[in-house]
Amino acid sequence: MKISAIVTLKKEVLDPQGKVVNQTLKNMGYKNINNVRQGKYFEIEIDETNEKNAKNTMEEICKKLLANSIIEDFTINLK
Amino acid sequence: MKSAVIVFPGSNCDRDISVALKKFQIKNEMVWHDESDLPKSDLVVLPGGFSYGDYLRTGCIASKSKIINDVIKHAEKGGLVLGICNGFQILIETGLLPGALLRNKKLRFISKNVYLKVNNVNNKFCLNYKGKKIIKLPIAHNEGNFFAQEKILKELEDSDLIAFKYCDVNGNTNEASNPNGSSKNIAGILNVNKNILGMMPHPERHIDPVLSGDDGSFMFESLLKSF
Repeated sequence: MKISAIVTLKKEVLDPQGKVVNQTLKNMGYKNINNVRQGKYFEIEIDETNEKNAKNTMEEICKKLLANSIIEDFTINLK
Repeated sequence: MKSAVIVFPGSNCDRDISVALKKFQIKNEMVWHDESDLPKSDLVVLPGGFSYGDYLRTGCIASKSKIINDVIKHAEKGGLVLGICNGFQILIETGLLPGALLRNKKLRFISKNVYLKVNNVNNKFCLNYKGKKIIKLPIAHNEGNFFAQEKILKELEDSDLIAFKYCDVNGNTNEASNPNGSSKNIAGILNVNKNILGMMPHPERHIDPVLSGDDGSFMFESLLKSF
């Protein structure tokens, strides 16, 4: 099955790239955009039929490698 | 004194540090990241560069490489570990040092000489900086913006574990003298036992008074003296 994770910087961590994108969107005329946070998206194919097991493995992978818990949060989605 | 410089795919300051170590008569051996055993060494250096192309996060993939287990063992036994630039990023990713190194606040790669305040001279790396409070070393990085939670920053300050701070020529540490946005102007930190030093500036590039300056020499002389 396919499972994905989105890793983003925590709210309290400055995201200069997100800020620049936000500013650029404003310059392009999108006046109603207030905030942009940039993140990373991972799509993983896993040999697993049980959703719970897949989620648990993904959580472990996120904690150990994909995200740095000091500065980043992650959310896991089953596809 | 014996040292080992770990070479990762993408390391590019490994030869600079090896030249510096040799200049100070430290017997150095280069160790490829895929080896599983460290040679007998008193000092392990994680050099600067772009290990694994900075994939995922700087230093992240290197922190999971084969040789790192032995580097951690060496550090836990009290052996000296010096991480310069990408080496500092790797040390942080292994968890041997706290915090995180984010992209520079202004999103620019910075390559220039900066003034540093030597904050702690009571460790094996900085002994010889005693009485030499402000030094000048080069930085060359894109992710050197040190970040840590308030609690960790307070611990670093209270236990005197900040080795170097960015400052101006008069030693003022403020926003104007902070090149990359680091919390508390931090340029280098020590672990609690002070046998591990991680720093963004490059001491190995300033070891010759004719070519560059020799404020980096003091670090190698300190290491020799403490040995």
